[in-house]
Amino acid sequence: MEPTLNRPLRRSFVKGLLGTTSFWMASGHASWAAALAAEATQPYQPVFFNGTEYRFLEAASERLFPADHNGPGAKALGVAEFIDRQMQTPYAHGENWYMSGPFQQGPANLGYQLPFVPRDLYRKGIAGVEHYARQHYGKGFSDLSAPHQDEILTALEGGSVQLDEIPGRVFFEQLRTNTLEGTFADPLYGGNRGLGGWIMLGFPGARADFMDWVNQEGAPYPIGPVSISGETA
Amino acid sequence: MAKTHVDAIVVGAGWAGSIMAKELTEAGLSVVMLERGSERTTPVEGAYPESIDELRGAVRKRLFQNLSQSTVTIRNTMDQTALPYRQLAAFLPGEGVGGAGLHWSGVHFRVAPEDLRLRSSVIERYGEKFIPEGMNLQDYGVTYEELEPFFDKAEKVFGTSGEAYKVQGKIVGNGNVFSPDRSDNFPLPAMKDTFSASIFRDAASNAGYHPYALPAANASRQYTNTYGCQMGPCNFCGYCSGYDCYLDSKASPNVNILPVLRQDPGFTLIPNAHVLRVNLDSTKTKATGVTYLDTKTRKETSLSADLVILGAFQFNNIHLMLVSGIGKPYDPLSNTGTIGRNFVYQTITSSRVWLPSSSYTNQFVGAGGAGVAIDDFNSMNFDHGPLGFVGGSPVWVNQAGTKPIAAATGAGGGGTPRWGSAYKDALINTYKHSLGIDAHGSNMAYRDVYLDLDPTWKDVYGQPLLRMTFTWKDNDIRMNQYVVSRIEPVARAMGATKMNLVHLDAGQPFDTRNYQTTHLGGGAIMGENPQTSALNRYLQSWDVSNVFVIGSNAFPQGMGYNPTGMVAALAYWAAHHIRTTYLKSPGPLVKA
Ligand SMILES: Cc1cc2nc3c(=O)[nH]c(=O)nc-3n(C[C@H](O)[C@H](O)[C@H](O)COP(=O)(O)OP(=O)(O)OC[C@H]3O[C@@H](n4cnc5c(N)ncnc54)[C@H](O)[C@@H]3O)c2cc1C
Ligand code: SF4
Repeated sequence: MEPTLNRPLRRSFVKGLLGTTSFWMASGHASWAAALAAEATQPYQPVFFNGTEYRFLEAASERLFPADHNGPGAKALGVAEFIDRQMQTPYAHGENWYMSGPFQQGPANLGYQLPFVPRDLYRKGIAGVEHYARQHYGKGFSDLSAPHQDEILTALEGGSVQLDEIPGRVFFEQLRTNTLEGTFADPLYGGNRGLGGWIMLGFPGARADFMDWVNQEGAPYPIGPVSISGETA
Repeated sequence: MAKTHVDAIVVGAGWAGSIMAKELTEAGLSVVMLERGSERTTPVEGAYPESIDELRGAVRKRLFQNLSQSTVTIRNTMDQTALPYRQLAAFLPGEGVGGAGLHWSGVHFRVAPEDLRLRSSVIERYGEKFIPEGMNLQDYGVTYEELEPFFDKAEKVFGTSGEAYKVQGKIVGNGNVFSPDRSDNFPLPAMKDTFSASIFRDAASNAGYHPYALPAANASRQYTNTYGCQMGPCNFCGYCSGYDCYLDSKASPNVNILPVLRQDPGFTLIPNAHVLRVNLDSTKTKATGVTYLDTKTRKETSLSADLVILGAFQFNNIHLMLVSGIGKPYDPLSNTGTIGRNFVYQTITSSRVWLPSSSYTNQFVGAGGAGVAIDDFNSMNFDHGPLGFVGGSPVWVNQAGTKPIAAATGAGGGGTPRWGSAYKDALINTYKHSLGIDAHGSNMAYRDVYLDLDPTWKDVYGQPLLRMTFTWKDNDIRMNQYVVSRIEPVARAMGATKMNLVHLDAGQPFDTRNYQTTHLGGGAIMGENPQTSALNRYLQSWDVSNVFVIGSNAFPQGMGYNPTGMVAALAYWAAHHIRTTYLKSPGPLVKA
């Protein structure tokens, strides 16, 4: 079960948690609550990922969704923080995936058949990419130039690299999906900082009332986004 | 103390189950409805603003079936090993009170009358030889005229918005010219056209087609339904599909039936009750009740009943029939047996049209059932003779509210970048200035496409998983290709600066990784012959006459329309015959 938030306002949400962390403790989210509270004073400290892994995430997600003329990239939007926070949720433990064996591989179109949940995919996948980077480029991924990082990501996406137990493509898709989630999810989850992802797309967030805007003959929607917590931009 | 005997047990708390439970309770029966998932009410599940959360909703799949407990296995062909459907993707079955009816979109169709007698209709027009080898084309055994009162009844319960074409023989409006006569108008006027839908309407009309407003179970106005349940006006928030409507504007069992049914002393709803099997007597011709597991306490309970209604959704109904020994399992080699036969789905491909950068499609604005469609290439509405395939597709712009994570993860591909700066350019342009056009078509039944029990994988209750053997066949691929080719002139007339027409490719296998629809059908179909159908025309099991199996499992082939309107009408139809005939003298309603 995902917890529901009683008071969704982010600031009061953090404050509320400081007072009553019991709800989060009960659902095994004590670390998340602590991280959220600490964020106000110091940069986010990853909980699941170690330093090397976190640097990989920051670097790789920025290549997937780079800062450019359109607006901010994954790093400024807090995507690595988002992914680390997601690793504390039931999703990262594959809680609604069917994970009973036997695990037999088959044609790609029959879907995911590995015995790994997202936490495993990251742990093993990042180790695999770091190993690959050192082997082929003599440095860890985050120390490589952007073009070299892109070469590695392209190889992973294209399916030509096997990362020990994990096909490179599977890891790439996991990373790409979570990166885009962190870019565009409500800022409640740690990414999409300052609603920067939504502003780029012209998505109004939780406005959820377009009675007057069903057909305005192709004019752009005029109001900026609002988050679940009431943050606007 | 919990009861041990009731008049009727209903398995599943979705549309099918809730309609049946309401009807049987009205008939004075004591009814227990068992739902494997948890309790769900819209004030809790749909509360704003937490419900307007894409990550928690459609992305982390909060309201859908939890596959860790049970799933299906899938293979394309009989010589393959079927593998578990481990992550939700191609279809998103429901779980919890309301079933998928809580998180559906709300496109609420009747049926194209010829689809009910498709075999007869094809033979009349093109001769029996026109039907390809291996296609199990069949009639439903019921006519549109017989079902009409029940379509009407369902629309008045769902609060359906739409524009009629013909009511009692008179043309009354600008509705679908291909749609059959109606006894009454829609209870609510049609939903407004979004900008995207309105330009499709104009272009389709100019191209000589016949556009109409999609019938939508989204309330265009405030509405009080037949049962006294209330709906508020939809504001096009765009959070229908995969979500619980926070305004009580989208019809759901939770909003439109259960508030009243829950008050009835004859009715009991038990959530977290996973039905393991229907119990049969030694002759295997009579059900004695069901055995269910309380998923919280892990305690098994047997409940006896005179009547058992399966409303657990298409493939779950087949699973329950197979594990309980109701009827004879289908064997594709000998072509005998009926349970699992005629398993069908729906073909759907989504094409994309880009408008000039001065036009904003505001794709986040929308409602699940709203849009504009054409039926010129659906059902038997066009000449199949020179085309050489059976079936068809409505084509529509159904802007239901595209949210950013879905837009971003789906963007790129097909030769264009899926990440990096060029990807960002394309994503933003596509999000702001494009719209989707779907060909949402039929899928015929084939001898080697079917459901049975998997020999290897099991659910957490120790029961074998259901196995799907399914792929796209040449007839349906060519149908899809033809209909998609008809979209091009419309897209041009809309002022497209670019278009990406997507169709199925020859030989393309069914891919479990991409969402298509949750419009699975067949497997325990209705018909007139017990050799080729599991159910008679009243959705009563030919083999176990006190079991009725309600759902899209009854469809002999997948139709172009979304299924739920038909499911609801069939439920009211079956309930009517149970109430007026069966209860007076229980037994087979049709002689085998
Ligand atoms: C995202 C989405 C959008 C959709 N949009 C549309 C649309 O626009 N138009 C349309 O016509 N259709 C649409 N559909 C399809 C529609 O939701 C279904 O056709 C409809 O809900 C089926 O109703 P049902 O009662 O047969 O099954 P369900 O709603 O699936 O209900 C079955 C219930 O039975 C329960 N159950 C299953 N097995 C057991 C068991 N062993 N014991 C106890 N309980 C059990 C399930 O948990 C579930 O709650 C959509 C579906 C989805 C997922
Ligand atoms: S679009 Fe309308 S019907 Fe759908 S969830 Fe929003 S308000 Fe409800």
